[in-house]
Amino acid sequence: MLSSSITSLTVVLIVVFLFKEGIGLFNQKPVEPGYVIAINKNNKVKELSSVQLKNIYDQKITHWSEVGGTHDSIVLFQLEDISNYYSDEQIGDNMQNLGSCMSRLVDSLPNIIAFFPDKYLDKKFQGTLLEVDKVTLHDFFAGKEWIPTAKPSAQLGVLPLILGTLWVSLGAILLALPLGLAAAVYMSEIANERVRRIMKPLIELLAGIPSVVYGFFGLVIIVPLIQKTFDLPVGETGLAGSIVLGIMALPTIITISEDAMRNTPRAMKEASLALGASRWQTIYKVIIPYSISGISAGAILGIGRAIGETMAVLMVTGNAAVIPHSILAPVRTIPATIAAELGETSNGGLHYKALFALGCILFLITLFINLTVEFISNRQKHNKH
Amino acid sequence: MYKIESKNVDFYYGPSQALKNINIAIRSNTVTALIGPSGCGKSTYLRLFNRMNDLIDDIKISGQVMIDGEDIYGKGINVDSLRKNVGMVFQKPNPFPKTIFENVAYGLRVNGIKDKKFIEERVETSIKQVVLWDEVKDKLKKSAFELSGGQQQRLCIARALAIQPSVILMDEPTSALDPISTAKVEELIYELKAKYTIVIVTHNMQQAGRVSDRTAFFYLGELVEYDETKKLFTNPKQERTQNYITGRFG
Repeated sequence: MLSSSITSLTVVLIVVFLFKEGIGLFNQKPVEPGYVIAINKNNKVKELSSVQLKNIYDQKITHWSEVGGTHDSIVLFQLEDISNYYSDEQIGDNMQNLGSCMSRLVDSLPNIIAFFPDKYLDKKFQGTLLEVDKVTLHDFFAGKEWIPTAKPSAQLGVLPLILGTLWVSLGAILLALPLGLAAAVYMSEIANERVRRIMKPLIELLAGIPSVVYGFFGLVIIVPLIQKTFDLPVGETGLAGSIVLGIMALPTIITISEDAMRNTPRAMKEASLALGASRWQTIYKVIIPYSISGISAGAILGIGRAIGETMAVLMVTGNAAVIPHSILAPVRTIPATIAAELGETSNGGLHYKALFALGCILFLITLFINLTVEFISNRQKHNKH
Repeated sequence: MYKIESKNVDFYYGPSQALKNINIAIRSNTVTALIGPSGCGKSTYLRLFNRMNDLIDDIKISGQVMIDGEDIYGKGINVDSLRKNVGMVFQKPNPFPKTIFENVAYGLRVNGIKDKKFIEERVETSIKQVVLWDEVKDKLKKSAFELSGGQQQRLCIARALAIQPSVILMDEPTSALDPISTAKVEELIYELKAKYTIVIVTHNMQQAGRVSDRTAFFYLGELVEYDETKKLFTNPKQERTQNYITGRFG
């Protein structure tokens, strides 16, 4: 009683913490705190979205007309460019004059966009400070780019990560399900007791191998194999991730499906065999239909394992945060992103909160999976009587 | 010629011998009851006739079991075909989790019969044979689990009849049924005798007396006595049979 309430409390606290930090993201602006983005006071543009800002600084947008201004080319300015405009003497030894230099610079160049720390914002600054929208749900979920360290504006589109995760997991389950099902059928219906007694612990042992070992195996064996087979520049691909995850999901799928099949009442099997059905007919006409809920539960839990897996995927998928267009492209998954990036973020910062929001998404996905399993196994119990 | 004949049959589960030198000959279109206390080997013996014991690991059989003069444990015997010829009804009703129709059609489908009309006709005939048609004809598409225990058991008999076997094995077919359902099944057994050879295992001696032509009494893996039912119950040759049928043990 006590231990279960402590456990529940811990889980609730973790979830609350996760969501508190994650949801905080949507109160933040994607611009680094302590920095401002300024334009000339005569510029008609008053607002830029995070994506527009990024494209301006990537020089994909080069004219103000593209963001609602005049037909002039945009003059980019970052703090290190200051020496192109003013001499060291003008700025001063301790940069004490930098503020007024900035004011004059922004005033004198009508097409400038300047990104600089707000401590150099002069009291008499005449230019317009651009408002950047807060991170929106739409930017977050539909954004196609994940560059959380981009300056001046971080790109926090999680679509590539979500798709990467689902893509790798789908591949994993497509590989693992037929194999796992075949193994389960073999173990429950074909292998004799002695073989089964050896195989079952072996397969369960497979579940106990640390994931980093799987990752290592993938990196050393599977990645070079894929690279050679498909003649790719790099072998770290979604396919490599799918294979490694598929192997990792196998024990779950096999043990759960095998248990379900073995739970098929002996009377059902005998009834089928007594009617002249062959062993295979009995397997696919009686045993598999009878244990289908258990098999689906195994498959879904296998997917759950694949979706949440971190280390092995991090090691073999190449981690390019782009929307995958083939199984032979590098992908990056949500857990791998969190693991790889959390160490480099500042506590409470934008990037930090974005990773927590990713954690929330992952949590919701796995919650959904677990509820599905629960639903299926309830229905299974219901079906039998 | 005998329909079923067993000659010097020994049977082992691992190291323990379950049947010792059993010799029985059964004629066509008769009902043979196998009786005896629990663990005497009667069910094991019944399951030899459709090789159901093959499912168990580590068994050994010696001697001959002949059906229609052919040794069913001989080389080149197709067990699936054997089981099509030797149907079986189990202790507890065990319909598949399928519809009533599909339960009866199952044996036909696994035999590769695809002709829809043929299947429909055969299902109907089989269900009529077990006198269940009037009760289920309007709910053939419903799950077989919706039927009562007695109806389920009759459905299982119909399922076995659908593939037209010549022998039907029944392993305590009424032990899970109420007296009225039991009476219906017994009546059915009596009628089915005209077309099939029936071997029935039963714990219930009155039942053996009511339905069977001949009775075999098993005790500790041995066949103690095998005779016409009337003789065996009224005038047993062996003392052990006498003691058993009068209820002194078992």
